[in-house]
Amino acid sequence: MSDTGIGASVRRREDVRFITGSGRYTDDINQPGQTYAVFLRSPHARAKISAVDSSAALAVNGVHAVLTGQDMAADGLGDLPCGWLVKQKDGSDMVSAPHPPLAHTVANYVGEPYGIVIAETLAAAREAAELVMTEFDELEPIVDLTGARGADQIHEGVSGNLAYDWELGEKAATEAALAGAAHVTRIDLTNNRLIPNAMEPRAALGVYESATGEHTLYTTSQNPHLERLILSAFVQVAPEHKLRVVAPDVGGGFGSKIFVYAEETAVIWAARKVGRPVKWTADRSESFLADAHGRDHVTHAELGLDADGRFVALKVQTTANLGAYLSTFGSSVPTYLYGTLLAGQYATPNIYVEVAGVYTNTAPVDAYRGAGRPEATYVVERIVETAARELGRDPAELRRLNMIRPDQFPYETPVALVYDTGDYEASLDRALEHVDYAGFPARRAASEAAGRKRGIGFACYIEACGLAPSQLAIQLGAGVGLYESGEIRVNPTGNVTVFTGSHSHGQGHETTFAQVVSDKFGIPFEDVEIVHGDTGRVEFGLGTYGSRSLAVGGSALVSAADKLIAKGRKIAAHMLEADVDAVEFSDGQFLVRDSNQALSFGEVAFAAYVPTNYPTDLEPGFSEKAFYDPENFTYPAGTHIAEVEVDPATGVVTLVNFVAVDDFGHVINPMIVDGQVHGGVAQGAGQALLEHGIYDDFGQLVTGSYMDYCMPRADDVPDFLVDTTVTPCTHNPLGVKGCGEAGAIGSPAAIMNAVTDAVGDNGLSMPATPEKVWRALHG
Amino acid sequence: MQISLTVNGASHALDVPANTLLVDIIREHLGLTGTHVGCDTSQCGACTVHMNGSAVKSCSILAGQADGAEITTIEGIGTPDDLHPMQAAFRECHALQCGFCTPGMIMRAIDLVEKSPDLSNQAVREGLEGNLCRCTGYHNIVKAVLLAADATRA
Amino acid sequence: MYQFNYHRPATLEEATRLFSEADDGFYLSGGQTLIPTLKQRLASPSDLIDLSGIEGMKGIEAGNGVVSIGAFTRHAEVAASGVIRETLPVLSALAGLIGDAQVRNMGTLGGSVANSDPAADYPAAVIGLGATVHTSSRTIAADDYFQDLFETALEPGEILTRIDFPVPDRAAYRKFPNPASRYAVAGVLVADFGGSIRVGVTGAGPCAFRATAMEEALSADLTPAVARAAEVPAGNFNSDLHASAEYRANLVRVMAERAVSDLLAE
Repeated sequence: MSDTGIGASVRRREDVRFITGSGRYTDDINQPGQTYAVFLRSPHARAKISAVDSSAALAVNGVHAVLTGQDMAADGLGDLPCGWLVKQKDGSDMVSAPHPPLAHTVANYVGEPYGIVIAETLAAAREAAELVMTEFDELEPIVDLTGARGADQIHEGVSGNLAYDWELGEKAATEAALAGAAHVTRIDLTNNRLIPNAMEPRAALGVYESATGEHTLYTTSQNPHLERLILSAFVQVAPEHKLRVVAPDVGGGFGSKIFVYAEETAVIWAARKVGRPVKWTADRSESFLADAHGRDHVTHAELGLDADGRFVALKVQTTANLGAYLSTFGSSVPTYLYGTLLAGQYATPNIYVEVAGVYTNTAPVDAYRGAGRPEATYVVERIVETAARELGRDPAELRRLNMIRPDQFPYETPVALVYDTGDYEASLDRALEHVDYAGFPARRAASEAAGRKRGIGFACYIEACGLAPSQLAIQLGAGVGLYESGEIRVNPTGNVTVFTGSHSHGQGHETTFAQVVSDKFGIPFEDVEIVHGDTGRVEFGLGTYGSRSLAVGGSALVSAADKLIAKGRKIAAHMLEADVDAVEFSDGQFLVRDSNQALSFGEVAFAAYVPTNYPTDLEPGFSEKAFYDPENFTYPAGTHIAEVEVDPATGVVTLVNFVAVDDFGHVINPMIVDGQVHGGVAQGAGQALLEHGIYDDFGQLVTGSYMDYCMPRADDVPDFLVDTTVTPCTHNPLGVKGCGEAGAIGSPAAIMNAVTDAVGDNGLSMPATPEKVWRALHG
Repeated sequence: MQISLTVNGASHALDVPANTLLVDIIREHLGLTGTHVGCDTSQCGACTVHMNGSAVKSCSILAGQADGAEITTIEGIGTPDDLHPMQAAFRECHALQCGFCTPGMIMRAIDLVEKSPDLSNQAVREGLEGNLCRCTGYHNIVKAVLLAADATRA
Repeated sequence: MYQFNYHRPATLEEATRLFSEADDGFYLSGGQTLIPTLKQRLASPSDLIDLSGIEGMKGIEAGNGVVSIGAFTRHAEVAASGVIRETLPVLSALAGLIGDAQVRNMGTLGGSVANSDPAADYPAAVIGLGATVHTSSRTIAADDYFQDLFETALEPGEILTRIDFPVPDRAAYRKFPNPASRYAVAGVLVADFGGSIRVGVTGAGPCAFRATAMEEALSADLTPAVARAAEVPAGNFNSDLHASAEYRANLVRVMAERAVSDLLAE
């Protein structure tokens, strides 16, 4: 292994700009003649917009325009589409309510934008926005998930506010197996609504060149090409070839920047309307209201076990809050990214899940780190832990008994996935060792002696990553293929510019992808540059989410590299007067087998651009692109173990120890992988202990700032012990599985299992805040 | 109003509205975009700079309060070729991912180490109470601050 | 933020004159509460009168059983002051728990006490130590100072200039922070003045108050268990997203219990 190749903890090259303040985020970009936008947002959860009077606003010095949803509709702009069509139980399509970028007749959640004010300065735009007089006719908001199934319809024609009633698995067989089970564990769970809170608030800067008709949108996106596709094909802001979307440095996403939102749509449209660049940067308060939220499920589950403790059936009924509209991928998260994962790591033969996707007068809910898989893991791992307690079994050993064994792969689950490989016991054993499971009773006794309660909890999670085999995804309702593109342009001097459709907003692609490519070509790491995040430079791409970048985007680069090596062998064979089959590529050299004849990678690249001694049947140039479409999902899996201490007098839970042992397949950069796990675990700890997006009965978000929405801080979490085991993915060339979400997937269940181990279950729900825990203890 | 202040060693005389925030002076008037804004309730710490030698949140300071002050931003502590030990430690320990909170985190961490040279892991965690990071889980940030503290003491 | 006129007077007289001349004047101290409020357009003063230039409002002095602190002393200065650490360590410890480091580098004693946020820390010390509040025109006893939610005995235009804290034999402060904002959900300062116990509570009610029943109980028997069992006026306690009144009452008792433990361990 070289010190910069695959497997090395190469220090990140992107860091140099970030630690010196030289990063270039959307809000750092300014354009000559730029104006500033402030959005008009509904103060009501549900209200008819009767009239918008902007006369006073327009009189403010420096105000250029007040544009409303009516204006946008009049310009013929389309709705924001949901990109995943879920089929219901009866075979019909889900009911996707129209989602205009700017509301024009009715507003359906607090913070929903219905207009945009554009002014010379931000101060003028703010002042003017306050002077816009909007007449609202308030309607009774539907906020509560359980109350949403009544007669009052948020969207015309959506009966019971039901977007879909979906199922997966064999219902009759599952119910029969449950009826015959020796023991049935039942559990009711709430998966709390989360607000993503990437530290960089969303922002957009739209620029329109009237002379050429070109639109450029700088925005905080995880997938600029998808953004462009939706804005051109569906919203029809501008034709695709006249729209460039640039996602420069992006300060975290966690899913929330996948989606196409009203604001960037309005900004690029408004730039053309007013003939000036238009810039908008969210206040954090706006982010709370108008970024897509995550999770928000209510679930009842039943697990049947036979007399030996083997799982015989799992039945899950979930109501998922989708918010007021179906966001870009909102429909898929509580269905295909959730129900399909309910086998977990276990050989449960019968599984059935039904999910009601429900509209409410709250912000749209969509993918947030883990997206469906944390919710699935939470159901499976909470019910397994509960079953172990009910049966007096060791929770680790009950899991071990039911795990899919290595000799069972490929393993087809009852919920539509085929796991390619894994060794779940290996992760479990390593985690038990790291946490010193045998020493837990003594630690618990020590805590008791100090007046504190101690608990330990497990989560043996699995996730489906590397989204996704296109044909399968499209068959299941996806509106786009989920391959990834890559292009490797070898320059005449032998260094390399790599273009990836993947996007880095913290993941470190500029480093890991360079490791992969430099390793592949045997050239210095410094000779490889990674370009991403600009539809004007990168041909196409589907972006970064679902832990897919390396497994899919990295594999595309391997394919492109293989094409270059194949071409290079032809060039080298010609130059060295050897048979192509006799030319091998190794360690940066094209070598003629059994000879000392060789050409370096750089020499071949140069020959391709200066083709003096060159095959006549070969095109000049040394650049290749590839689209990689995965055969299957990847299945990272692992064991997370949490230990908590509880102060019974206050109910404060302290996470004292957290062990994560994950199988991500091969690891390109262990330092970066560990960092991804750390961050994911902290977010999971936030979900389990601190974070909760709460609406009151009027649909007002009461956790709308950091004063009330509790973000994990440095002193809320301990050092984490992270480790990996390796079973390489069987179907991608790097043998990688993806690591971006695992931390957030396993940790909530592990932590809640630990908390309930310490204080008893008592229906305790996430987040286990001090008062809730205190009440669980004291009734 | 007229104010003058020194930013990263350079003096500036500015005419700004009284309701201008220090962070806007830094970002908009002086074009130093390394200082970020991550919230509007003075919690996240992304806007942290040094004012007269102490870490402050530049989103919660008015132009008048900064009149006559010595300000240091992330751009003023080191360069790619000559990193401040805290910058170097952040890179060495992989204490950043998306980089958005990083300038504020580094500015606070420098202040912390200067004022409390003997830091435990827990003291670092408590000392970073005013800075939010969503990416790293803080694990490597704590390591970096301790590493830089060691380097500073050595 | 709305527009306003900004002033930085050099004297108290000039400050109060500016205030009286303004349509809707606000005093600006450290600004760590006021500026976020202005940013959210929740206040629109015509004039901001910055008190940072007034020399007489700064400085820390100790003597005759009193620690006297200028209102424009920043939290970080109180936390780090050798004089206070020596003579009134409970106050430096309390100051070190306010907000976060950056906020402590700007926020001031006077700003906090004048604002009287129900969840601020300093009011527990003002009440618990029986401080005397000096203003531009008079002195006010702690027990008369805090009146209701964000309401104090200060008249419009009156400037809090200095606070004298009597030095007890021993004292301790315990705070249960709001996990999100880190403000006090309940903060309790217990002080022993020659066997007479004062208990100042912040966070729990509309403003800081003395827990008189607890004071009586502890004056008779200064033990953690007595604090834990003491009656607190829970009927008047705040109830919000983060803590019900009942839970706050529990926290007041537990914080008091722990403060007494700390105090006895001195």
